[in-house]
Amino acid sequence: MSQVHYLTTPLSDEDVENLKAGDIVYLSGIIFTARDAAHKRLVDLIENKEELPFQLDGAVIYFVGPTPPKPGDPIGSAGPTTSYRMDSYSPTLIKHGLKGMIGKGKRNQEVKDACKEYKAVYFGATGGAGALLGKLIKEAKVIAYEELGPEAVRMLRVEDFPVTVINDAYGNDLYEEGRKQYEVKD
Amino acid sequence: MREVSYEDIVKAVKNMVIHTATNLPEDALKKLKEAHEKEKSPVAKKVLEQLLENADIAREEKRPLCQDTGLAVYFVKVGQDVRITGGLLKDAINEGTEQGYIEGYLRASTCDCFTRENLKEKVGYNLPAVIHIDLVEGDKIDIEYAAKGGGSENVSRARVLAPAQGRQGVIDFVKDVISEAGPNPCPPIIVGVGIGGTFEKAAISSKHALFREAGEPNADPGVAEFEKELLYELNKLGIGAMGMGGTETVLAVHIEKNPCHIASLPVSVNVQCHSSRHSHITL
Repeated sequence: MSQVHYLTTPLSDEDVENLKAGDIVYLSGIIFTARDAAHKRLVDLIENKEELPFQLDGAVIYFVGPTPPKPGDPIGSAGPTTSYRMDSYSPTLIKHGLKGMIGKGKRNQEVKDACKEYKAVYFGATGGAGALLGKLIKEAKVIAYEELGPEAVRMLRVEDFPVTVINDAYGNDLYEEGRKQYEVKD
Repeated sequence: MREVSYEDIVKAVKNMVIHTATNLPEDALKKLKEAHEKEKSPVAKKVLEQLLENADIAREEKRPLCQDTGLAVYFVKVGQDVRITGGLLKDAINEGTEQGYIEGYLRASTCDCFTRENLKEKVGYNLPAVIHIDLVEGDKIDIEYAAKGGGSENVSRARVLAPAQGRQGVIDFVKDVISEAGPNPCPPIIVGVGIGGTFEKAAISSKHALFREAGEPNADPGVAEFEKELLYELNKLGIGAMGMGGTETVLAVHIEKNPCHIASLPVSVNVQCHSSRHSHITL
């Protein structure tokens, strides 16, 4: 049965071990945004043994490219983007301390294996709920790669940001299990 | 000859772009509410609840429904008895699009295919728009618009089947495409299917099929029957809202069917996410 958790970032190994595919998590604290272009740069920095723009240990990365904020708002609409585009980069980041990723859509086997080996989770947020999710982001600040526009790395402070565990640290996958339960075979 | 000014087109397009980004149209909303009522999975029901709440927030607070405010796609019918004064129709639509995306605080999502450089400086903010123009009878300009997100475009596919594969071949192909797409295109989705014509005619028909009011059947009863059959088949996949498993995966199937070459059976599947942002104006 799916459980509900309230967690604050950064996430510990213990936090991750308590999560199972299908659990609902309300996340609070600091999370970081990055899409394809930023991921490529982060992985290049790791390979060149250079310093990253943020501390990866226990971090959660949100795959999002928000709309521009209206005057007075910290951010515009901000729902998840499709995650597979980050699949070739995520295992390196997980190996170097990343504990959580938020996106939507399937991950490849390498990412699932990395989650298992280094204790990390992949969360799904509701795609297309950008207005709702944007409102739960209380602060936003570009901390690197401003020239990438919507793809820049941002530091976000979120409050009770609703996500669902898709891939846990035990190799479970909600997309596969959920679908099996409702599939009608001929 | 009736005249419509460049400026009037710019203004109308701009207003439509801004309105569509924050107001989920009635047809899409109705389908989401129906799906919410019918859904058997509690997890998927919760997702549908969030989507309905999101639509309320977007409308009331004028926030974009989704951060992917799409590429701007237009199907334009120009009456042959209307004259456009003061500039080109395509320029007017592009200018209205740019103004709408800037003034509505929408995202600029066009980029170069290989360098991935955002084109907002070099070409224009979220430009160019994708514009299909048809010349028709009358003295009006009819503009259908959709803000088309990337996630659902990425899973869309086209193939030319062998004629012997027939109806069943089309069913199998569409089912494979939607099954493989799984959670990625933000289900519950609307599925546009273009059957027949040439390769590109099938693709454009599958896109145009998505501009129809969600769930409105094809005027041809045989095609409408096929839409129902495909809808039933696709909902057996069990993908559910956001792919978390569920009974409501596809809100509607829209087919456009055209005559084809004796050697071919082209079929194209264009997917629309649940945030079916489309509008229609007549000038």
